[in-house]
Amino acid sequence: MSQSVDTSQGIGRNREAYLSVTDLVVRFPSEDGIVHAVEGVSFSVQRGKTLAIVGESGSGKSVTAQAVMGLIDRRVASVSGEVWLDDEELVAMPDEELRALRGAKMAMIFQDPMSSLHPFYRIGAQLTEAALVHQKLSKSEARSLAIEMLRRVGIPAPSQRVDDYPHQLSGGMRQRVMIAMALINSPALLIADESTTALDVTVQAQILELISTLQAESDTAVILITHDLGIVADIADDVVVMYGGRLVEAAPTNRLYYAPQMPYTLGLLTSVPRMDRERVDRLDPIPGNPPSAVNLPAGCVFQPRCTYSDRVLDGACLTANPDLIAVEPDHYVRCHLPSDERRRIADGVLASLAGDPG
Amino acid sequence: MFLLLFLLSLTVFFLFNLLPGDPARLTCGKACTPAIIEANRHRLGLDEPAPVQYVKFVTGIFVGRTFSPDSPKPIICNAPCLGYSFTRHESVMSLITRSAPVTFFLAIGAFIIWIIIGISAGIYAALRRGRWQDRVLMTISLIGYSLPSFFLGLLLVFFVIIKWQLLPFPSYVSPFENPVQFTQTMILPWMVLAALNAAFYVRLTRNQVLETLGDDYVRTARAKGLPERTVIVHHALRAGLTPIVTAAGLDLAYLLGGAIITENIFSLPGLGALAVNSITDSDLPLIAGITLLTASLIIFANLIVDLLYAVIDPRVRLA
Repeated sequence: MSQSVDTSQGIGRNREAYLSVTDLVVRFPSEDGIVHAVEGVSFSVQRGKTLAIVGESGSGKSVTAQAVMGLIDRRVASVSGEVWLDDEELVAMPDEELRALRGAKMAMIFQDPMSSLHPFYRIGAQLTEAALVHQKLSKSEARSLAIEMLRRVGIPAPSQRVDDYPHQLSGGMRQRVMIAMALINSPALLIADESTTALDVTVQAQILELISTLQAESDTAVILITHDLGIVADIADDVVVMYGGRLVEAAPTNRLYYAPQMPYTLGLLTSVPRMDRERVDRLDPIPGNPPSAVNLPAGCVFQPRCTYSDRVLDGACLTANPDLIAVEPDHYVRCHLPSDERRRIADGVLASLAGDPG
Repeated sequence: MFLLLFLLSLTVFFLFNLLPGDPARLTCGKACTPAIIEANRHRLGLDEPAPVQYVKFVTGIFVGRTFSPDSPKPIICNAPCLGYSFTRHESVMSLITRSAPVTFFLAIGAFIIWIIIGISAGIYAALRRGRWQDRVLMTISLIGYSLPSFFLGLLLVFFVIIKWQLLPFPSYVSPFENPVQFTQTMILPWMVLAALNAAFYVRLTRNQVLETLGDDYVRTARAKGLPERTVIVHHALRAGLTPIVTAAGLDLAYLLGGAIITENIFSLPGLGALAVNSITDSDLPLIAGITLLTASLIIFANLIVDLLYAVIDPRVRLA
């Protein structure tokens, strides 16, 4: 049945995957103490596939992405674990080698397109700059590449737009420029960190569709970081749920939606507004606030907000951090509840979500 | 800007008319009789109503004017005429043009030194934030910032010139006449002025760079895989420079109006020294002339800074 995984090893390196993260730990010193931003997170993603990392603000999902990209200042923060990108280990890699991979083999799109582009440079200059660091091109070749990329991301009149400044474009257009910039060196890994959060809903859908299209064209591995389970269902192949810097549940998307096990995932599912449900009750939000990354609870990180922790014997939720358990070969859960109890709770919650009063 | 200059000239003019003290009385020496005072008042054109005087003052700036035209010895003051100092028997403009180069060389020299030192040390401190290099620089800058310039100036005069005799006593000559003596004279004043300002610019630059290094577009630049040098110089610094340009423009304009304390310590015959002397002598036309000039410099510098903004920040061009 369920097999226990040694938490110090996490999920283990997946050699078939393009990116495989094993037991990633990121800690920052701060005036209040050490910030445990990411504590032993493991996941992997193959080319052509999409992995969603879901969690609330402060769950460590953005820090995880930045650690993969090598954007965490290692002179300040301590980063440990393993990050394998196409047979190269990034955590122990010297800064200069890592820099050569950034933007070339892996690229990232950020949350706020308003502030992520440099306000003083024309978008063409910012695009060609990204191309010229990694490719041997002449200036005019780089410029035509920039125009071609703008055309691919659906910017009208790209040969004129290339000379615009960021402030002359709308938010959606700027995010398209960011995508063009991220993809200009055809990276095999694209990380989108809350890339649609700052945009209108209609524009959100366009941007996500654009990412999917470009992903299919060049067989890119995509990591989608979001707090919105609603957008995950349509595009992600696998989902990793993070809470308090830890991975609390990981599963293929369908499984996570139809057979979730961790109470936090259930909480996330019940907090999504659904228009296709007859129920007109209020949403069911998770009570309380995420834990402080400085003073993590001694036991399970989710225990203070968990409605079911009293069903665990001996108060184990208060004292021991639960191990990550593989309930299925590709479904991992971090919870002290017995497996039949977890399933019973999940069935009840899913039934009530489906509109069944039982 | 022209409105501002107009209001400025009006203010300066009437401010000095309202001041207590009779300029006509000041023009005659010990053997003074009311008759002489009245005659002088007429000679200076001070018996006319204030608005007429103002119009003559302003037209003088553009086309020149003649004082006491009906007397046997009229005084011709060519445009731009800022007035005539009856205490010094010389036109205000020629007094200023004699002092201005001294101040100009003093200000420009100090400006170049402090900009180079201040900005580069500021960047360095920002990149070494929290480490000993940063702390040492910040402590030096705090000391430099709190040292009054007269103290630092006198200290340098005492040690470098008097005690160690590394440099001769300052005596200003034009750089075109005797470049060696010019440099020997100016080097200490430059250092005094630069030290004070550099201390401020180190802090300003450090804060600006630290602020922009945390900005989203700098993270984007890193994510592109740009070399750290490009990230800092092209992305962080370029954006952080705007407030530094403002401060530098205004500070330079302010200095061009005369560095009173420094000029006095090193007995440089610049605008600052001239201003102080004109005040001790109650030489009203000269005070008014210098005030008008320095205030115009500040207004002009503001204009230049605004124009530079448009060069630096494309968002300003459309606004």
